[in-house]
Amino acid sequence: MAAPDPEAPPTASTRAKDKSPWNWLLFIPIVVPLVPAFFNGDSPRLFGFPRFYWLQLAYIILGVTTTTVVYQLTKKRGDR
Amino acid sequence: MWRDHLTEIIIFSLLFLLVSGMGFVAARWRAPKDMAHLDEWGLGGRNFGGWITWFLVGGDLYTAYTFVAVPALVFGAGAMGFFAVPYTIVIYPLVFLVLARLWSVSHRHGFVTPADFVRSRFDSPVLALVIAITGIVATMPYIALQLVGIEAVLKAMGVTGESTLARHLPIIVAFAILAAYTYQSGLRAPALIAFVKDSLIYIVILVAIIYLPYKLGGWGDIFAAADAKFDASPAPGDGVLLNANNQLQYVTLAFGSALALFLYPHSLTGVLASRNRDVIKRNMSALPAYSLLLGLIALLGYMAIAADVTPLPGASEGTVDSNTVVPLLFDQQFPSWFTGIAYAAIGIGALVPAAIMSIAAANLFTRNIYKEYLRRDATAAQEANVSKITSLVVKIGAVACIVFLDPQFSIDLQLIGGVIILQTLPAVALGIYTRWFHRGGLVAGWVAGMGLGMWMLYQISSPTRKHFAGSAFPLEKFGFDTQKTIYVGIVAVLANLLVAAVVTLALRAAKVAEGVDGTARDDYFADEGDPRVTPGDRAGADAAPEPVA
Repeated sequence: MAAPDPEAPPTASTRAKDKSPWNWLLFIPIVVPLVPAFFNGDSPRLFGFPRFYWLQLAYIILGVTTTTVVYQLTKKRGDR
Repeated sequence: MWRDHLTEIIIFSLLFLLVSGMGFVAARWRAPKDMAHLDEWGLGGRNFGGWITWFLVGGDLYTAYTFVAVPALVFGAGAMGFFAVPYTIVIYPLVFLVLARLWSVSHRHGFVTPADFVRSRFDSPVLALVIAITGIVATMPYIALQLVGIEAVLKAMGVTGESTLARHLPIIVAFAILAAYTYQSGLRAPALIAFVKDSLIYIVILVAIIYLPYKLGGWGDIFAAADAKFDASPAPGDGVLLNANNQLQYVTLAFGSALALFLYPHSLTGVLASRNRDVIKRNMSALPAYSLLLGLIALLGYMAIAADVTPLPGASEGTVDSNTVVPLLFDQQFPSWFTGIAYAAIGIGALVPAAIMSIAAANLFTRNIYKEYLRRDATAAQEANVSKITSLVVKIGAVACIVFLDPQFSIDLQLIGGVIILQTLPAVALGIYTRWFHRGGLVAGWVAGMGLGMWMLYQISSPTRKHFAGSAFPLEKFGFDTQKTIYVGIVAVLANLLVAAVVTLALRAAKVAEGVDGTARDDYFADEGDPRVTPGDRAGADAAPEPVA
């Protein structure tokens, strides 16, 4: 099943595999959830949740979206 | 009394027996030709796909203790306890690339532990030993804490006894069973049980999060009740929101914990067991589903406030065991059959991480102490055997910690564990990217970081305790004119990096030998299908004198 690739030696293409400008996007979900000024407040409320709680839970979506986007964009580059 | 909780106890026991059975059967699941190899026993064949990895790593990182302690913290202190949410958000983008690289280099060279990598990268068995011991010391109390999770549930079910032995007998039995099937099935056991554990937890939390607010008058009322409680309490740091003095602590604790999480040997065990780089990267997007779960679980602490739960008394006179608030909340609000399921979810939730942690600690001992210092020519089968036995010893040690010492001791140790595991960051995490640091510099940095971290933890006091009363270090002790606090781990790891850098420059100037890097640049990008990465290939540099099975 895991027969070695018949194509050219992998060194040249694998070398670039995890370098991509898109990786910089990963900093967004690292920095944004760590700024208390954004989430440390009561209003506006959502379903009775103070902002502190719903916004930090919403950051999960930010994290998932970013890692998914970066994965998809960098995957294409590598598979070329 | 336990008789009032009979339904709960029966359901709890049935589910517990079910997963124990699964644990033993797991040896035959995706069975290898030859189990007597660390790659099989300790890493499940290094061949887990996306789903298994998701359940395994999720079941490993989000432990029973987390599920009990985080809401307990929210119950006691409010917003501060919610740090677990940003912590588990920040972690995945942070390690997205690092773990993929570590996977590649580990598969090319047959590394089983982070210390294996450090040894080869920096050509230093001493540094590897330091990393291995740090890992073992940080992991041990973590295993003991899983028992605290089970104990909270047993207490709530009224399963307590007069003597020390009677009180701990259920836990000793549970851990004996766990030890037996981990011994037999290795990493396959927790991987299989994780499916049951996580399914149960997802069901319980979904029900709790919909049903309890409905019973308690809605989210608005729940937050109002919490607000009223914290307004009435004299403690300065609590509240539904953060105040000016604990924001820095909140952020540094979240960030520091995120840095520490994947340095724990047991998290890497789950990662190294996956099939390829894509499985890891996809999991970095999928694992935050557990963070959502954790965020909702944290809010159970407020629901317990709204429901007027009073925690059970603690081990010593006059203290309360706040870890019992969630089990008590379930007991009070749910029909007993469902409470039984919820308790089983927590109890089984303790077994998965305890198994993986003991495997990780055992692998560290085997690879970086036994094979390095005691028996250099150990065969693969001997390695696997030593690991299996060590995993038993580790679990006996964890049980002994709980039975003979105050559980508070394990909690303190775990707090210290987070700080000390962070001190492996320069060698392990930065080592993935750069070999700039000198091996001597890394050892010196580790010593500095450990020293400063221990001193800071020792200095932290609270109204009830003189030392080791948490991880929030008051900056005024450094001479700043402020009430702000900061997470000890962050300060310690910064000192570590600084010393490592300075000593590196000094050693380089003195032309002290740096050793040879055992890894090549290309190793960090290799993926499944690479001729030197395929799981069957054991002829790596590290397993040379192995007889062909």
